[in-house]
Amino acid sequence: MNALKKVRNASNEFAKNWAKFVIKNKWLVLIGTFVLALGLASQGKMEFDGDYHVFFSKSNPELEAFDALQDKYTKDDNVILVLSPSNGNIFTKENLTAIEELTAESWNAPYSSRVDAITNFQHTSAVGDDLYVDDLSYESSLKTNEEIEQIRKKALKEPLLVNRILNEKGSVTAINITVRLPGVDSAREIPEVTMFVRNMVKDFKEKHPNFEVHSSGLVPLNTAFFESSMADMALTLIMLIIVIITTFILTRNIYSTVATLVVVLFSILSAIGFVGLMGIKLTPPSAVFPTMILTLAVADSIHILITMLQKMRNEGLGKIEALTESMRLNFMPVFITSLTTIIGFLTMNFGDVPPFWDLGNITAFGMLMAFLFSTTALPALMAIFPVKTKTIEVKNRTSKNWYTHLGGIVVKHPIRLTVISVVIIGSLAFLGTKNSFNDEFINYFDESVTFRTDTDYISENLTGIYNVEFSIGSGESGGINNPQYLQKLNEFEDWLNEQPEVVHVNAFSEVARRVNRSMHGDDESFYKVPSNREEAAQYLLLYELSLPFGLDLNNQINVDKSETRVTVTLKNIDSPQMIEFSERGEQWLQNNTPKEMHAIAVSPMLMFSKLGFRQADSMLKGNIIALILISLVLMLALRNFKLGLLSIIPNVTPVLVGFGIWALYKAQINTGMVIVFGMTLGIIVDDTVHFMSKFLRARRELGYDAKQAVVYAFETVGKALVTTTLVLIAGFTVLSTSSFALNSYMARITVIIIIAALIIDFILLPSLLILTSRKEKSIVTETIEPQITETKEPQIVLDK
Amino acid sequence: MKKLAFIFIALISFGVYAQTPEEHGLEIAKAAEQADLGFGSSIVNLKMTLKNKNGQTSERSLTTRTLELNDDGDKSLIVFNSPKDVKGTSTLTFTHKIGPDDQWLFLPSIKRVKRISSNNKSGPFVGSEFAYEDLSSQEVEKYTYKFLEEKGDILVVEQDPVDLKSGYTRRVVNYNKAKGYRIEKVDFYDRKNSLLKTLTYSGYTLYKTKFWRAATFHMINHQSKKETVLNFSDYNFDAELTDEDFTQNALKRAGK
Repeated sequence: MNALKKVRNASNEFAKNWAKFVIKNKWLVLIGTFVLALGLASQGKMEFDGDYHVFFSKSNPELEAFDALQDKYTKDDNVILVLSPSNGNIFTKENLTAIEELTAESWNAPYSSRVDAITNFQHTSAVGDDLYVDDLSYESSLKTNEEIEQIRKKALKEPLLVNRILNEKGSVTAINITVRLPGVDSAREIPEVTMFVRNMVKDFKEKHPNFEVHSSGLVPLNTAFFESSMADMALTLIMLIIVIITTFILTRNIYSTVATLVVVLFSILSAIGFVGLMGIKLTPPSAVFPTMILTLAVADSIHILITMLQKMRNEGLGKIEALTESMRLNFMPVFITSLTTIIGFLTMNFGDVPPFWDLGNITAFGMLMAFLFSTTALPALMAIFPVKTKTIEVKNRTSKNWYTHLGGIVVKHPIRLTVISVVIIGSLAFLGTKNSFNDEFINYFDESVTFRTDTDYISENLTGIYNVEFSIGSGESGGINNPQYLQKLNEFEDWLNEQPEVVHVNAFSEVARRVNRSMHGDDESFYKVPSNREEAAQYLLLYELSLPFGLDLNNQINVDKSETRVTVTLKNIDSPQMIEFSERGEQWLQNNTPKEMHAIAVSPMLMFSKLGFRQADSMLKGNIIALILISLVLMLALRNFKLGLLSIIPNVTPVLVGFGIWALYKAQINTGMVIVFGMTLGIIVDDTVHFMSKFLRARRELGYDAKQAVVYAFETVGKALVTTTLVLIAGFTVLSTSSFALNSYMARITVIIIIAALIIDFILLPSLLILTSRKEKSIVTETIEPQITETKEPQIVLDK
Repeated sequence: MKKLAFIFIALISFGVYAQTPEEHGLEIAKAAEQADLGFGSSIVNLKMTLKNKNGQTSERSLTTRTLELNDDGDKSLIVFNSPKDVKGTSTLTFTHKIGPDDQWLFLPSIKRVKRISSNNKSGPFVGSEFAYEDLSSQEVEKYTYKFLEEKGDILVVEQDPVDLKSGYTRRVVNYNKAKGYRIEKVDFYDRKNSLLKTLTYSGYTLYKTKFWRAATFHMINHQSKKETVLNFSDYNFDAELTDEDFTQNALKRAGK
């Protein structure tokens, strides 16, 4: 026990010496920190990555499967422009001409490899042994009404068009621009395409005001990711204003406010430097780091400043004395709370979603720097500023009374409050299990984002946005022409079309049927797959000879013609339904086809659907490690094994409460919310640390019993806990206004958890402290009791 | 006399300079056509290797017969020899200097000749990186020309397709002046005028002391990263083919 005493003694001495050194060399320290912050910032680089691939780690099996499929076939991104003429009929001379114009212009889009529209659709017709392949509507302005009526009839019969490029009524149509991004620098390539398309659409609307244009596709999705990163970054400014106001209200001192501002700005500048040095490209989840750092870093400064100002106002200490004393008292708590927060954020590295690794690492670094600047730049500045205060006491007394009163109530009914808390927490924890994962990535964006509303319009009026793909093998090179294979593929296509979720199926069996019909003079009875291998192969060759510019079979068939791709377009369904559907498809193949035709379903949507589960699985380990580490830190900080264990209860239960309340609020959780356990653990543990350390201090140093110690803890840290909680709530409320659900949901549940943590720390924690202390006295007599008395006595002596 | 010579030289150089890049380009294209005139007919075997960006390959082998025509585009008959399940499938194409080409296809599995009417010259030839327009006979009338530069023996000429349905805005062709205006390299620019493909010719052999034929055509698509290699072998200029060898009946015979 002597060792522990020495540690405490040493840390006190260290803090005092640190404070003295900083105050003595205030100018040097200030310039030093200034140089450090600016030096780091000079390495800073804010680059954004909008590619949705960033959400998946390299080892993600869904991504691997999807990449494998894209390696076999053509890898494409797209922009889909959906045109709705006000007259509700695509098939007029004017409208077709306008579509033809826009199609021609779309070929000029950067990186475009193919433009598909109703007008340039390759329509095949057969008259006897003559085959005609032509654009469905070429030079539409020269068409007669009769010809246009013919075009309408052909188009509405065409399975490749209806529910894909054209709706069933013929009132809405799409132009699909396929782009082949080099993938060298998505931060440059994607905006290039987006800018071009936006200008093109603007010009088109000016020329043809009777058209409504909505756009979606993978490029606009990436653009939306990109733009929401930047929008969320702008939230920093709002948070900065909140920080200034809050600090000013809490400290009532302009110099304190300026000093706090310097600390948080230095911390953010350093974090920006970290981003540049590590070569991190920002994504929507990681782009919120400045707001995070602001929110969390301000607490350090506030603790130090409030103690200093209190010492000056209430105890009449001089500026330097008060500052030194404040540093001595706060150095360890600030160090420990920073440490736990850093541990909490670092646990994000255990997850499977790279943007959250970045968020965790950047924020952890920012917190490290915030600790450094709070203990260097802040005292240096306060030593330089001519801070003066008047002694005000009334205000403090009243607030003290309020918290003392609350403490008094809690102390009276520890058992009752424990039971009530346990029941409430238990039932909310049970409710929490009712949440289900939903990572519909379209719904990541709220309705203030055009991408979301446009995409919703498209799925309501034309086609589905989500898809699933299967690569169906035949087991041999050229085997896709095997009639058995084609027959089974056709059955799979038919089965898919019967599923209620399915909007459209694109399978090679349809091509085989179509060419067969063309080869038999458009006889409908030959709209079936060929029954002879040579026939099928030669029809395929013919089909290949008829493909237009920018299209080749590789879209649908792999290079050695052993596998074909089936693309299923789906209605908007949520993640569990999505996973269920793809499993149903995989199961059908297993039950009904030979082994080589079995395939797994892949698509970006499916990757997102499984992302939440994957993240939860991988975060579990991280969360347990965080819990163990943070509990260990607490045990060391409090120098008490039992209280360290007890702290797990108020640290874990807020998250249970949070998810329970969430089940009542939305009941659907996304990948972004998986990280909140580790993250909030690092934050809310501060409350527990402060409360327990004051409790222990009262027990050890002042010799209070458990009840008195609880009231003492309420008196001393009640207000501080409420104010830091308010700052945290403000910060996360700002984040919850993000239009991006991974961020806004995460922030919303964090607000709930932080509030729950404060309530639990004010009600359940003190009750438990009283109850366990009683037990301790009655049961534990041999080992722990002597230790406690041993530590208690010398410390009291030490403090006096 | 000196004065006269000076004027003479000045006139010549003026004459050269007076030629616009357009005229110069056209002149080169005509020279190239002229140099290859009179081969009559040829038969050649061809192995086509398709390679995607991951290096996966597939092969086909074909035999091409060509008949030179002076007043219109050439006629050609292509027979597929492998893969096995398309063996005997053949196409007969009449290229026209103006207007769409005529094309017939014979499928041995159904033993029928089908006529295909399509304006689609920009589409890929059986899944390769070659478009029809890259492979069909190069008639001078199909492009407008602009001379760009001269690098040693290499004359660089830009060719803009006349056909609006072409997949290209322009091609940049390297002619080798010293070797009968044979083409060494072509760069293809797509409709948005970005570099799409590069075709390089190699392994040139001079046949009948006049006709340069490359053994290898190597087409690289810069955008899709796919490649196609055509390997030519057994050039035969002595077959003495006639119109009779380029009829629908000939097409059927070829496929058997």
